[in-house]
Amino acid sequence: MWSFSKIANIIHEWLSQTFNVTWTTIIEMVIAGVAVISLFAVLGLVLVIMERKVSAWMQIRLGPNRVGPKGLLQSLADTLKLLVKEGMTPNGADKFLFNLAPFIAMMVAMLLLAPIAFAKDFQLWDLNIGVLYVSAISSISVISILMAGWASNNKYSLLGAMRSGAQIVSYELSAGLSVLAIVVLTGSLQLSEIVNSQANGWWIFKGHIPAIIAFITFIIAVTAETNRAPFDLAEAESELTAGFHTEYSGMKFALFFLAEYANVFIVCAIGATLFLGGWMPFHIGNWNGFNNIMDWIPSSVWFFGKTFFLIFLIMWFRWTFPRLRIDQLLNLEWKYLLPISMVNILLVTAMAILKWHF
Amino acid sequence: MNVTEILFWILSALAIASALMVVLSKNPVHSVLWLIMVFFAISGHYILLNAQFLFIVNLIVYAGAIMVLFLFVIMLMNLNTDTEPQKNKWLKVAGVVAGGCLMLVFVAALKSSGTQQVQMGEGNIGLIENLGKALFNEYVLPFEISSVLFLSAMVGAVVIGKKGD
Amino acid sequence: MGASSMIVLIIAALAFSSIAILIAKILTKATTNKQKGEPYECGIPTKGKTWIQLNVGYYLFALIFLIFDVELVFLYPWAVVAKKVGWIALVEIVIFFFILFVGFLYAHKKGALKWM
Repeated sequence: MWSFSKIANIIHEWLSQTFNVTWTTIIEMVIAGVAVISLFAVLGLVLVIMERKVSAWMQIRLGPNRVGPKGLLQSLADTLKLLVKEGMTPNGADKFLFNLAPFIAMMVAMLLLAPIAFAKDFQLWDLNIGVLYVSAISSISVISILMAGWASNNKYSLLGAMRSGAQIVSYELSAGLSVLAIVVLTGSLQLSEIVNSQANGWWIFKGHIPAIIAFITFIIAVTAETNRAPFDLAEAESELTAGFHTEYSGMKFALFFLAEYANVFIVCAIGATLFLGGWMPFHIGNWNGFNNIMDWIPSSVWFFGKTFFLIFLIMWFRWTFPRLRIDQLLNLEWKYLLPISMVNILLVTAMAILKWHF
Repeated sequence: MNVTEILFWILSALAIASALMVVLSKNPVHSVLWLIMVFFAISGHYILLNAQFLFIVNLIVYAGAIMVLFLFVIMLMNLNTDTEPQKNKWLKVAGVVAGGCLMLVFVAALKSSGTQQVQMGEGNIGLIENLGKALFNEYVLPFEISSVLFLSAMVGAVVIGKKGD
Repeated sequence: MGASSMIVLIIAALAFSSIAILIAKILTKATTNKQKGEPYECGIPTKGKTWIQLNVGYYLFALIFLIFDVELVFLYPWAVVAKKVGWIALVEIVIFFFILFVGFLYAHKKGALKWM
């Protein structure tokens, strides 16, 4: 049976037989670079069409249906359209920062891919503080947003950037605390170890109610952190046009757009890894026949299945809840989510020490 | 020269160049962004030293949180070149003297420290498990007292922020 | 692949973005006119400067966030060893949280966590 780690090993062996060590490393780096770039391109195309199809389905309409079979090539056509649009820089803008901001946004999104376990033994960098790495790098994304909003010389952009800055930093706290719940249960920050600890059951099942509370706070917090509805008041169309990227057009806009979708994918991947077992297949107790069938499904399919389920969940929020006001948004974080997740950490710790989890 | 050394020199050059840009740029927002670059370069040094936790903390606290605060402050106060009043030239002289004194202290400290070689990429003092254990065995009291520090910081923040009303 | 993957990813991001922007630049033909460079504010001519003083509320939230963020950083090493250390860990963190919570309540009482 094929798997990503097997393919990687075959490539590595073939390369080390053909070339010397230095060239093997360099070629492997190039392959990794090309792989992540193509992953990003595919993610952009797939998530945009998924968003449009899901929203159409939620509203009982057809959605894009002209380009390609059932409109599935729509996002490819959109990309082509964006490629031939001119990327403008407004007159009063700070030109250097204005053009730099999309690069930073992309860099942050790319860097977040490093510790994610896409399949069994298939990870770019299995560093032993993977969870911390993710929260550290994602805290940088605020800077690209503030930079874009400030450099645009547009009041909507500046307001949108400030709003999203306040929002992202606020929700980072409860996201971090809910992640900590799983760290306490596992006793490790390494993503591969966290996945391995879920071999006999995912944390959302093993961790009882505290794990479920942590999962819910995590999902709410990451929805807010990625600036998605109902927390999208940073780019609320009806009041701020498009928030921090109002002045961006053409490919520069597309890069922001892509980075945003990539961030959604990454936070969902982290959520799937921490709470839903990453690439671990679904097992039920000692139903051996059932477990064997589940094992037969490749680990990458499990990982992407769980991740896309969470992405679907986040898209579902968008068509269910109306947009919050900024005072409601900050109230939700500081008066409810933060105290709840702090108490939840204590509960999880007590549970972990008493070994009440399975 | 191996790869680590090359990286060390690149990161050092980057850190010094961006630190100079912090001082030299006219626009305060640019200064802050260059300062973020300095923190990145220093975080790179921490990775080379295998101090992963320090690397992450440097990114989270300095590049992530403090710099966002700085950006907010600068955007809040709107310190543009045309709104900022021209400073007294004696102030510049005083600044140069103070900076020179600081540099003198640094040079003296560096000279007396001797030439101790630091092994790169080895040792695991910086790993998080060891840090956690140290936090419970030797530094329990400072850990608790740090929360009092947070409390006072919070009170200070609220007092400053709510002064107007 | 180790720490070098960070370098690979940074280069990949830069390459991807610059190639995309370069292709777009080749394919498009830039035109200029008087109104094109104006800030887009829904058709109404823009009034006054953009870089003005903003609400102090943003600053206050950033400050309180900073305090909690540093506290969170303290919690990570604790979380890793909490299970092994046992009850002492829980007691320690309860004290830590309690003192923080006093500050939190103070901020709440003073209305610092209210918007405007």
